Amino acid sequence: MLKIWSMKKEQQKAENAEGAAGGKKKVTAAQLRVQKDLSELSLGSTMRTEFPDQDNILSFILYVEPDEGMYRGGRFSFNFNITANFPHEPPKVQCREKIYHPNIDLEGKVCLNILREDWKPVLNLNAVIVGIQFLFLEPNASDPLNKDAAEDLRLNRESFKRNVRVAMGGGSVRGVLFDKTLK
Amino acid sequence: MLPTEVYPGSEPSRWKYLDRIRTRPGPFTNPDAFDGSLVAEAIENMTVLTVVELTSHSGAGGLGCEILKNLALSGFKSIHVIDMDTIDISNLNRQFLFREEDVGSYKAEVAARFVEKRVKGVKITPHNKMIQDFGEDFYMQFQVIVCGLDSIEARRWINATLVNMVDEDVSDSYKPLVDGGTEGFKGQARVIFPTVTSCIECQLDMHAPRAAVPLCTIASIPRQPEHCIEWAHVIAWDQETPFPALDKDDPEHITWLYKKALLRAQEFNIPGVTYSLTQGVVKNIIPAIAATNSVIAAACCNEAVKIGTSAAPMLGYPDENYMMYSGNDSIYTYTFKHEKKDDCPVCGNLARELQVDPDWTLRELVESFATRPEAQLKKPSLRGEGKTLYMQSPASLEEQTRPNLDKTLVELGLAEGDEIGVTDPAFATVMFKFKLKFRISE
Repeated sequence: MLKIWSMKKEQQKAENAEGAAGGKKKVTAAQLRVQKDLSELSLGSTMRTEFPDQDNILSFILYVEPDEGMYRGGRFSFNFNITANFPHEPPKVQCREKIYHPNIDLEGKVCLNILREDWKPVLNLNAVIVGIQFLFLEPNASDPLNKDAAEDLRLNRESFKRNVRVAMGGGSVRGVLFDKTLK
Repeated sequence: MLPTEVYPGSEPSRWKYLDRIRTRPGPFTNPDAFDGSLVAEAIENMTVLTVVELTSHSGAGGLGCEILKNLALSGFKSIHVIDMDTIDISNLNRQFLFREEDVGSYKAEVAARFVEKRVKGVKITPHNKMIQDFGEDFYMQFQVIVCGLDSIEARRWINATLVNMVDEDVSDSYKPLVDGGTEGFKGQARVIFPTVTSCIECQLDMHAPRAAVPLCTIASIPRQPEHCIEWAHVIAWDQETPFPALDKDDPEHITWLYKKALLRAQEFNIPGVTYSLTQGVVKNIIPAIAATNSVIAAACCNEAVKIGTSAAPMLGYPDENYMMYSGNDSIYTYTFKHEKKDDCPVCGNLARELQVDPDWTLRELVESFATRPEAQLKKPSLRGEGKTLYMQSPASLEEQTRPNLDKTLVELGLAEGDEIGVTDPAFATVMFKFKLKFRISE
């Protein structure tokens, strides 16, 4: 290394000055990774995305329209916000409607292991999206975020199903008014 | 007891032992690279950059003081230090260059003054800024960069900047990066030769993710005081929003969380919620251990000396580049080679030059990738920094960006030298970066 540095300092300074002129736009690693993840998404017919600003791919909305299971016929949307620290940090995902679901609370927080404790940089956006879709097919009473809904599902599946339909229609369940999510 | 002047007699003896290392070859010295008569001078002529950027939020830090002191005492005479932070009373127990009367002043300035006073002949230039405030021209002036950063984001930024600066034709554009980090009793020191050895982005998975508790545990079955605090932080705060936005440095906000957490803890019979634990959990504080900082900083500065002198084989070249240290149960260190990743988005994938005609439409550019021998991409998606050019999927983005296809590169705001990122689902592991080079159409 010593040898390298003793070489022609002055000449290099001139070259460096030239190279440094003008801040050229560089693609950051996080952005490139999100771009890659997006181009590999497989959304199928039950999901679609919406980008409020097409130039900002770190922020978008995911629509999920389950075609089977207890939430069939609904349209649910999630805000995705990805930080500059992606994929070291998981994307932040929040449900935009108030829905009746054991794993999604009334503020829209989602209890999905890979969004929090089990996130790994090798996981991608597709894994998260599949995870969210799965929550609508198989709501999970053993990891409750909305305790009332989880209790309902555990004790009486039929009653839970009815309550899901009421909530999706914009009705109230146990005094809580839900957003209409039926298409 | 603060000595205000250097005892004149201490100076020659200070360098006596160091000079033995600097002037005499050791058993591991490479005779081709080492010339004892040049070493002292070489080190004195090197300009070293210390990047510390210790944010007070994290409760980590303290590496910076150690690094600065070690570099000065290793004979480096020209040192720059970047740190945007000011001194907090809580820093004083381990950040030994600061005194009570310095609270509120810039860390970089105070540290520079202190070390200059204690080590005669060293010139330390402080920068009370963020690393991102500087461009390549600034980083070009250094021969080695020593980082004691405490955020992964800042590390990724400096790493990508140094990798991007490499110009194969300019030998001085390779800036060795020495990176140190500590967390409690654990730490690591590593050396990166940008584009030559595995970079920080390649090693991203070496950073332990923040330990998180499942949200449902927090929401329904708390077992530990930390669960109650997290509940107050992520659930109760959102439900009640007592203040418009959570300021983790505002004692009033922390007190609110503390009281909420305490009530919940009483409900579940969980002891141990305190104000300081609340502060620690909310700000994700892992207590800094002065001894860990000192071991890691010593390892980092040792590497800087070896890079500067060739006095001994250095970490990072050609093989072992990562030294981990653990002081949890007695002392353990292990040094190994972290492999470079071929698909690393930063160093596996340097921007290649791409000859384009500025009057091409985007469609012509997209189609050209199908025929380029090194790419042969059938369905490329293209983005510039802050600008989505054309994405083949998802469908909504394809529709939004389709009108771009008929615009020319100039109309899309692309300029010579801009980078574009190209991905293609057919090559799941490959991401290309191209640097636009305009050619004039005939």
